[in-house]
Amino acid sequence: MNFNILRIVILICFTWSSLVSAKSDAQFDKLVAKLPTSNFKSLAPLLDKIALSDDPRSSELLGRLSQGDVYFVPSSKQVLYMAKDAQGTRTYTDVITTQAIDTPQGRLKKVRVNNYIRTLIQQLQAQQNLNNPDKVIRLSAAKEILRDVDSIYTETLNKRLAKEDDEEIIDILDVIVALKQLKSGDENQLDDSLTVLKGSLEPDVRATLMNELNAIDKHSASSIKDIQRVLDTIDRKRKWYGYVENIFFGLSLGSVLLLAAIGLAITFGVMGVINMAHGEMIMLGAYTTYVVQQLFPDLLTYSLFIAVPAAFLVSGLVGIIIERCVIQFLKGRPLETLLATFGVSLILQQLVRTVFSPLNRQVASPEWMSGSWQINPALSVTFNRLYIILFSLSVFFALLVFLKKSSLGLHVRAVAQNREMAKALSIKSNWVDAATFGLGSGIAGIAGVVLSQLTNVGPNLGQAYIIDSFLVVVFGGVGNLWGALVSAMSLGILNKFLEPLTGPVMASILVLVGLVFFIQKRPQGLFPKKGRAE
Amino acid sequence: MMMNWFSTSLRRVCLTLILTGVYVVIANVVFPEGSIFHVSSYTVNLLGKYLCYALLALSLDLVWGYCGIMSLGHGAFFALGGYAMGMYLMRQIGDRGVYGNPILPDFMVFLDWSSLPWFWSGTDSFIWTLFLVMAVPGVLAFIFGVMAFRSKVSGVYLSIMTQAMTYALMLAFFRNEMGFGGNNGLTDFKDILGFSLQSNNTRLVLFMLTVITLLVAYYVCDKIVTCKAGKVVLGIRDSERRVSFVGYNTVSFKVFLFTFSAILAGIAGALYVPQVGIINPGEFSPINSIEIVIWVAIGGRGTLYGAIVGALVVSFAKSKLTGLMPEAWLFALGGLFVLVTLFMPKGIVGLINNPEARQALINKLSLRLARKKGA
Repeated sequence: MNFNILRIVILICFTWSSLVSAKSDAQFDKLVAKLPTSNFKSLAPLLDKIALSDDPRSSELLGRLSQGDVYFVPSSKQVLYMAKDAQGTRTYTDVITTQAIDTPQGRLKKVRVNNYIRTLIQQLQAQQNLNNPDKVIRLSAAKEILRDVDSIYTETLNKRLAKEDDEEIIDILDVIVALKQLKSGDENQLDDSLTVLKGSLEPDVRATLMNELNAIDKHSASSIKDIQRVLDTIDRKRKWYGYVENIFFGLSLGSVLLLAAIGLAITFGVMGVINMAHGEMIMLGAYTTYVVQQLFPDLLTYSLFIAVPAAFLVSGLVGIIIERCVIQFLKGRPLETLLATFGVSLILQQLVRTVFSPLNRQVASPEWMSGSWQINPALSVTFNRLYIILFSLSVFFALLVFLKKSSLGLHVRAVAQNREMAKALSIKSNWVDAATFGLGSGIAGIAGVVLSQLTNVGPNLGQAYIIDSFLVVVFGGVGNLWGALVSAMSLGILNKFLEPLTGPVMASILVLVGLVFFIQKRPQGLFPKKGRAE
Repeated sequence: MMMNWFSTSLRRVCLTLILTGVYVVIANVVFPEGSIFHVSSYTVNLLGKYLCYALLALSLDLVWGYCGIMSLGHGAFFALGGYAMGMYLMRQIGDRGVYGNPILPDFMVFLDWSSLPWFWSGTDSFIWTLFLVMAVPGVLAFIFGVMAFRSKVSGVYLSIMTQAMTYALMLAFFRNEMGFGGNNGLTDFKDILGFSLQSNNTRLVLFMLTVITLLVAYYVCDKIVTCKAGKVVLGIRDSERRVSFVGYNTVSFKVFLFTFSAILAGIAGALYVPQVGIINPGEFSPINSIEIVIWVAIGGRGTLYGAIVGALVVSFAKSKLTGLMPEAWLFALGGLFVLVTLFMPKGIVGLINNPEARQALINKLSLRLARKKGA
């Protein structure tokens, strides 16, 4: 008994489906046959019907049509695709039977399309892709339709909504339905549609709402008020995400400042040496990245992993040379040290100019650095900035651990606190000085690798960062690595929040001026070093 | 009698300056072109430029050499004075500019400004311009000085802050919205007080004015550092704390000196602009300020005349070297920074004045050579 019912059901299903497919087959053939006789005006509704026929052949037809590959034989009205391979040989395929056919007799005529038709085809394809089994294609199709909601019928949408199981796509489709309801001007559906739209951050939703706000004859005064309220909610949300984005940009700028400044925080803060050539250490690091990429052009993906230690070594070595040749003779004369290291920076700049030319050099970014992470329509995060934040934080903590845990770190701190006492305890202070200076310079080199991914690499690269780095160190409190972290991040964020108000140049001027005032009020910085005097 | 009069450095410098000025003018006007005594107008102009640098170096030496304030912002005061003069010269162009606007300078017409911004008002008056030349750098230095010295910012911190100040000003003046011609600065000047800037006579007069200003400035500086207040300033340089314990208000001494020095720098800038015919935001760049420091260091700081010597020597070497080998100049300048600080802390003047120092330098160098050979 049960078995019989099942059989009947299967039978009914089978015949029904075959009937449907047969019907759509015939419909598609009939529609295609009309192609040769249609003009631009009648082509649009025809294509609409072809797309709605649910025939598997329709998507290819639409695609080939927009590429201009569809021809017909004027005498027999046979419609066919033409394909040309690299040698220019033409092959023909019948549209209805999808069989390859011989070169037809007589001249062929093209089914002509214009831009309007091409846009239409794009929308129709999006509608068809809405039924594609691949989730990614469905998502992008839904986004495509969102851009022009009038291109789709509500029934089509509802049909899809009933079948759709992916949350993200359902959300977008809901928004599309709501937009259609809103545009229809139906007061009964207004509340429903507005509730849906309130949660959406898509720029298109906002634009539509703005439009509807101005269509006074379509909506009553109270619904206009409702629309306004929803628009305000959306704007508030977008603004909030704008702040989040600003903070993120600020953190990424701050982490660049941090990387540039922690080297200085060591040499200036710990050793008390003013190194005006610090910016040039950054520049050398950036050029090392360039050289690494020139030496191993095949290893672009890994070039940064090679460049980081290489830059550390190059800048660190140059730093040690500077310390041994110049700075050690100027101990206790900070102003002279400033002058001498400035001289060194001029020499290094000119050296780079002579070796690499004064023009900017292009440093490539590996594949994995590009792209971005779209969190929602109003907020996206680029990978390179994200990596830079993570990288600079890890360098910072590595340095912190190094100074706290390693024996060299212990010596460095001992010499910084009390040179004479450290010497008395048989610490070789000269050697420690050189190593500290090398460490600080090496980290500047690493900063150069990071900067090479963000800006142009040129001989003046370091100049732009030296004053900022000094201010970060002084602002945070000399000799205090945590202070440098806090001050770099807060300066970065401050800069990014000022930028939209005043423009980028004015923002950096304001920050500079603000810092100058701050330092005059509080010369010890945010977190002064604990000491006996003062 | 003559030898006796010639004994102080003040008189020596004054006499040298007067003699040079008079000689250059006579050589330019009296001797015909082609004569070996002839000094070309180009050289007169160049000398005038160098003397402006000398005045600038003098102003820095006053604060650095005598008060220990190593300002890396004197280029900014110089440029501000220059801009003040440049504004007057722009207004003098009148309707002879490219766009022929009788009131607005060309760049403002180009940027669609409808009227002069407020800070340009009055700049067509020469008297007001002279006031601006001194007041703008003076007020900036006064405010900066009061804030910095009252909170006891000194040494390297002060240097970096002055550098930040000039850097911020540079960024600001690069902006078109500032109303100072942006990137291109102010240029295309035609005449000053009705005299054409291209004419030889105007240039000679400007040169003479520069000589006279330098002379007066030198005299005043010398009086400042030798009077009683000058001794206090020297005391501040060597131990500020001790001086303040004795009962002096060190802040006011420092602020006065810093402000006066900035005004001198502004005057130098105002003399410089009509002679070179352009002022642009590049003058604010930190490297310019630091070059002034190296003039003073090379000449010998704390002597006043050393600053003049240093500015002249370095500028002369710069124009010679950049002409011969453009690449080499930065190497040379960088090398000078290092070598002078390492081996010649008292500069050229220190070597010439003090035979012992000369001997010491030779000993030091030979010692190091010997050590290197030994190692």
